[in-house]
Amino acid sequence: MIQLKVNGVEQSFGGEPEMPLLWYLRDVLRLTGSKFGCGVGLCGACTVHVNGQATRSCVTPMRDAAGKEVTTIEGLERNGLHPVQRAWMEINVPQCGYCQVGQIMQAAALLNSKKKPTDQEIDETMAGNICRCGTYQRIRSAIKAAAGEMT
Amino acid sequence: MSTIENVSRRRFLAGGVVAAGALVLGVRYYHKLSSGDQLPHNTNADRATLHASVYLGIDPDGTVWIVAHRSEMGTTSRTTLPLVVADELDADWKRVKIEQAIGDKRYGDQNTDGSHSIRSFYDAMRQAGATARFMLTQAAAQQWGVPAGECETDLHAVVHRSTNRRAGYGELATAAAKLAVPKREELKLKAKSAWRYIGRGQVSYDLEALVTGKAIYGMDAQVDGMVYASVEHPPVLGGKVKSYDDKEALKVAGVRQTVPIDPFQQAPAFQPLGGIAVIADNTWAAFQGRKKLNISWDNGPNETYNSDAYKNELRETSHNPCKVVRNIGDADAVFAKGGKVHEADYYVPLLAHASMEPMVALAEFKDGKATLWAPTQNPQAVQDIVSKELGIAKEDVICHVTLLGGGFGRKSKPDYVAEAAVLSKKTGRPVKVVWTREDDIKFDYYNAVASMYMKAALGANGKPTAWLQRSVFPPIPSIFDVNTVYGDPAHLQQGWTDNPYDLPNLRIENGPAKAHVRIGWLRSVANIYHAFGIQCFTDELAHAAGRDPLDYLLNLIGNPRTIDFKGVEYPNYGASMDAYPWETGRLRRVTEMVAEKSGWGKRKHGKGTGVGIAAHRSFLTYVATVVEVEVNDQGEVRIPRVDTVLDAGLVVNPEATRAQFEGAAVFGTSIVRTGEITATKGVIDQSNFQDYPVARINEVPKQTNVYIVDSDAPPAGVGEPGVPPFVAAFGNAIFAATGKRVRDLPITKLGLS
Repeated sequence: MIQLKVNGVEQSFGGEPEMPLLWYLRDVLRLTGSKFGCGVGLCGACTVHVNGQATRSCVTPMRDAAGKEVTTIEGLERNGLHPVQRAWMEINVPQCGYCQVGQIMQAAALLNSKKKPTDQEIDETMAGNICRCGTYQRIRSAIKAAAGEMT
Repeated sequence: MSTIENVSRRRFLAGGVVAAGALVLGVRYYHKLSSGDQLPHNTNADRATLHASVYLGIDPDGTVWIVAHRSEMGTTSRTTLPLVVADELDADWKRVKIEQAIGDKRYGDQNTDGSHSIRSFYDAMRQAGATARFMLTQAAAQQWGVPAGECETDLHAVVHRSTNRRAGYGELATAAAKLAVPKREELKLKAKSAWRYIGRGQVSYDLEALVTGKAIYGMDAQVDGMVYASVEHPPVLGGKVKSYDDKEALKVAGVRQTVPIDPFQQAPAFQPLGGIAVIADNTWAAFQGRKKLNISWDNGPNETYNSDAYKNELRETSHNPCKVVRNIGDADAVFAKGGKVHEADYYVPLLAHASMEPMVALAEFKDGKATLWAPTQNPQAVQDIVSKELGIAKEDVICHVTLLGGGFGRKSKPDYVAEAAVLSKKTGRPVKVVWTREDDIKFDYYNAVASMYMKAALGANGKPTAWLQRSVFPPIPSIFDVNTVYGDPAHLQQGWTDNPYDLPNLRIENGPAKAHVRIGWLRSVANIYHAFGIQCFTDELAHAAGRDPLDYLLNLIGNPRTIDFKGVEYPNYGASMDAYPWETGRLRRVTEMVAEKSGWGKRKHGKGTGVGIAAHRSFLTYVATVVEVEVNDQGEVRIPRVDTVLDAGLVVNPEATRAQFEGAAVFGTSIVRTGEITATKGVIDQSNFQDYPVARINEVPKQTNVYIVDSDAPPAGVGEPGVPPFVAAFGNAIFAATGKRVRDLPITKLGLS
């Protein structure tokens, strides 16, 4: 049995320990906010926080999630919206929106470690998250807006 | 688009209770109802007390239900069309609830493709809103005993100013439902000065759901008892399973069974590709089981397809006379005279859509009916193909449309939805088919690979005295008839037949090419390669003539005039030439404006930097773009700035439109930098984002400025038209920065590094 915490709730998993965390979240817990985009950690759509670190859940086997605290978009903010989500709405970032959950989780982790990231730091951190609709310009603006709000 | 007609009739609620006095104004229900007298799928708009249109209903609590009948993949059609209804109704947007339509002919066309949602439904949406406003106003006037002409509406209420009376839409709904539906000619549409939303726009109705993970895409659809499927498709188009062994696959924990799917018959169209499906308790188990399948394939005739050889074939074809699609004067006679001639070959490879959400669909076949939940751009095509595949009536195919995690044209082709339906019928359970990214890249309907031969004779001032252009590409209709090899008017019109230049001798040709993969629509479609060929060749000629590319381009566009297509097959994107003439003055204007906005000729560009310009009309919208690039000593290309000006006629949602053009610059960046799909022995070489890279945040334009021309012309497209001029302008900018001409996409072949 693998024990872990997901969005603050204790969970135990008795299935295949090689199953990626993404599919446990989506198919077993039915938390569908985290998305499947590439399955090999190249697009970032599946990004969640594991012990506070932005992590690609599609390449994280359940055995590596044992004993960890996992936060998904569903648990990012208990009360209302996280500043990053508010900034995303204010700047009107999403188009199709499919990648945005991963983008938001990545951005939230960035702002936890860097209060005022530079353009270069934003680009370096966010380069792992693909947006095919091409909302990057607004993502950069929204991260700056959220950084302003969070300080 | 179907016309709205008056169909005042009784309506049946679920359960068969006759609702008296309710009104239906709408497109006639052409299909027979599937069970008893019930409408098969009432929307809340159908059920509402005042059901003024198939698109609209109003309840006594003042809730306005608006049906979004076209798919939402990020362009905001789901928000912007209802916004037009709400404006004409004079409704409070905060009291509007949008519901997504299933696939159903009564809504008219639902294929959300070709950048025409607003263009084709702007009038219908206004009529729907105006009809309800008319009836509500009549109801208030009757209650107050005043002439309706003295009443007006004011944000969700009817008012009579002189007696200071006011009644909300909710209070009036029941009385209004008893009135006759007005004829179309009785409707008075709002004056532009009274518009609340049109031209101002709104953010997506789903915005909060999109940032909280609550939005439901096809990938997120679920029903009780569903199982998951992953399908191993024939690696070569048209291939078949010779034999297979699933013993190891069935040993994988969670795998339930394997199911063969028949290969498509004749041409692929939207049929499933065939192969072996692995059915499992969760997605991952299905993926794992699939890896353990042992399949022997008969690859069929497309096994001979190799991209390198194919490229040479296309080029060879383009170097010989082809079918003439439009001709002015006698270009050959000019070429025969000798003098300065400039020639070039342009090439754009196959491109994959790579929407962030791979193909996915959930199907439940039960009691002779199929219910589907799918991220589809085209739910009526889902009804067609599923009814054929399962041998049931089209009315027994219920297609719910989820949000789409990107579409770009791929999700207009419902092969993956048909696959889910077939598997549900074969397994007797609800089945969710999930394609991997590898499936998505390898089994796409690709944007056609194209080779273009360009030739011009240059006169004394450097202006062409004769111009010849030949394109050769496997055409989209080949998916319906494999023997189709010439471009069809619907795709030749896309920036090829309609070369807008003012030239005395112009010949436009198209040559044959046989398809070996499925070819399909991808954002901007044939405009991508056609604009690339024409707009980059124009830039070449400008440099050859020693002229400024902007002046040269304006000179070729010439004076404002309407292009005459007499004797030429030019479908004009399905729009009338009267409502949407091809006006060179509008192309000229956006070109002049983008020059001004970008500071063309006024800003200094040092070593390794440069700007490029291109102008193009597609989907009835005129766009000009200037791209600025920097190329460093390592050959790394950066894009500090993009300026783009568009004239799309009336723009309902400017904010969403700007977003579309920002996104188009990113989509175009992927095409120019890295976009290339190739095949070896009929098998696609690429598989995921490591070998089919798409642009990331550090590779895209740093700043894209979008300017919208204020226009009262009828609305045109905005989802696609940004891509073609961006691609060409980017190529021209690289030449300006490096002296290396981009003729062969992507630029990985240019040897910059």
